[in-house]
Amino acid sequence: MSKGRFGIHGGQYIPETLMNAVNELDEAYNYYKEDPEFNTELTELLNEYAGRPSRLYYAKKMTEDLGGAKIYLKREDLNHTGAHKINNVLGQVLLAKKMGKTRVIAETGAGQHGVATATAAALFGMECEIFMGKEDTIRQALNVYKMRLLGAKVNAVESGTATLKDAVNEAMREWTTRIADTHYVLGSVMGPHPFPTIVRDFQAVISKEIKQQIMEKEGRLPDAVVACVGGGSNAIGAFYHFIEDKKVRLIGCEAAGRGVDTFETAATIATGKLGIFHGMKSYFCQDEYGQIAPVYSISAGLDYPGIGPEHAFLHDTGRAEYVSITDDEAVEAFEYLSKTEGIIPAIESSHALAYVKKLAPTMDKDKIIVVNISGRGDKDCAAIARYRGENISE
Amino acid sequence: MRIADAFNKRKAFIAFITCGDPTLEETEKILLEMEKGGVDLIELGIPFSDPTAEGPVIQGANIRALSGGVTTDKIFEMVRRVRPNLSVPLVFMTYANVVFSYGVERFARTCAEIGMNGIILPDVPFEEKHEFSDVFEKYGLDFISLIAPTSEGRISLIAQEAKGFVYCVSSLGVTGTRDSISTNVSQIVDRVKAVTDTPAAVGFGISSPKQAAEIAKYADGIIIGSAIVRLIGQYGTEAHEKVFEFTKDVRNALDSIEK
Repeated sequence: MSKGRFGIHGGQYIPETLMNAVNELDEAYNYYKEDPEFNTELTELLNEYAGRPSRLYYAKKMTEDLGGAKIYLKREDLNHTGAHKINNVLGQVLLAKKMGKTRVIAETGAGQHGVATATAAALFGMECEIFMGKEDTIRQALNVYKMRLLGAKVNAVESGTATLKDAVNEAMREWTTRIADTHYVLGSVMGPHPFPTIVRDFQAVISKEIKQQIMEKEGRLPDAVVACVGGGSNAIGAFYHFIEDKKVRLIGCEAAGRGVDTFETAATIATGKLGIFHGMKSYFCQDEYGQIAPVYSISAGLDYPGIGPEHAFLHDTGRAEYVSITDDEAVEAFEYLSKTEGIIPAIESSHALAYVKKLAPTMDKDKIIVVNISGRGDKDCAAIARYRGENISE
Repeated sequence: MRIADAFNKRKAFIAFITCGDPTLEETEKILLEMEKGGVDLIELGIPFSDPTAEGPVIQGANIRALSGGVTTDKIFEMVRRVRPNLSVPLVFMTYANVVFSYGVERFARTCAEIGMNGIILPDVPFEEKHEFSDVFEKYGLDFISLIAPTSEGRISLIAQEAKGFVYCVSSLGVTGTRDSISTNVSQIVDRVKAVTDTPAAVGFGISSPKQAAEIAKYADGIIIGSAIVRLIGQYGTEAHEKVFEFTKDVRNALDSIEK
């Protein structure tokens, strides 16, 4: 079995042209992750530039309203650039710089990873090119402007379904064309080894902080950690340091779109099957001949036909649970948190909140749920207004 | 018939097309015309929704074929029909998920039944190949290995275990015609030949008979895909005649150089 396996999942299913590049990345990462200087620099960036540690906020009104378990919000939305994406990007761009790369490329769905990459590229003085599905450039026009403002070139991808999957295809094609000076900053815990491991390690700061913060506030571990899952980077970040704590339920919330019994869904665990795509073996939404299915979700960040290999493994072993949340439920949760706590969450994170709304009332008042607010919802306001039939201009 | 036979007599001309572009009936006609035109081995592309190793021309062919309703099973039927009328070796070119979702064993067994000779999976590198190659070899099919301009220290590792022929990728990037091929592909071919007797063919970016003849001076064979697929995209169900003319021109150019 090849490198980077999580059970049967993972691996390196990529063209030969990229093999030396991923092997070099693997070596460099293994060296720098143990390098005290690299770690000091990264911590400094995360704290002073990105604003970590992010708060663990007790959502008192939401807790009282739902009348069950105590709910804590992990406020990744307060990070610089507005989402958890910056954690991984600062790590990878710093690594790329150490490797002597002068240019970074990235795919983006909702635009949060693209904005984070463009931000880090500006900070480090690197050239930056972002690939984004044409459909998503329309849904997330504000983020396209931000990326350009930050000095990045944004390529609207028109192939396939013109969403996140196609943006990954195009970023991979671009990387095979120009490898020597370019690092591909993959935005989620997916793709060929070592990406699922690198991205997980850089996002694991989320669960490391949650653990410390909840011990300070409650003197014990939470009963459940809930996060939304597209590729799965914020979820694995929120889960990672709890995997060995078997009593902590880990719950990933997939995007069901218009429902898992329709074709307009992006819920991979619920509707997908084992396959090989985008460099990894994992679960994918696909037809009987292995053609990747055109998925759909209101959330551009969850609109992806696969799931990271470590999540596939956590599903196989039963260590994590995966549930699906529809567009309607997510939009309702988006509005609910805004009105109840004065916090506008990303539509992605709203999928996790929607599940917490169902879960909390079924649990006793002495139980604790931590939900990861992976990003802020400013980017989604116009789209949600449109969803509610209100046409506002950004 | 074996893949090696394609390289026995002359510089091998390997041609690629996407099955079902624009229809499977036209694919059948094109296959027969290509053999008549002097092609020595044919790569049959099974379309995939997300062909990440392909440039715009072959991506377009994949979309045309899939939207026409082509499936793996329909392609198998087409090969079963046309195989008795073709004497050149045939290999499939597709992506890992197409084979994996069909069941590697079932896919390989069917390939053997219908008279295929090998398989190329551009998203399965050396490190992942055994999951596929062990099964294909059991059925007497060659699992073709690719070597890229970036392979460097991996060349001998890959070439030593290569079966059928070694597919040397001429350039960085995806498939598609290029005005010139700038990488030192002749050095890559030399390094392959130093470690194996398996023939070395060069592909990616070869579009004209002249380019083909240039590369055949040092390679055992040349592979042309996008240039043919472009003709098919242009001429649709009339493409087989144009493809015949083009393959004949390439054949003549290859025959004009000494083996």
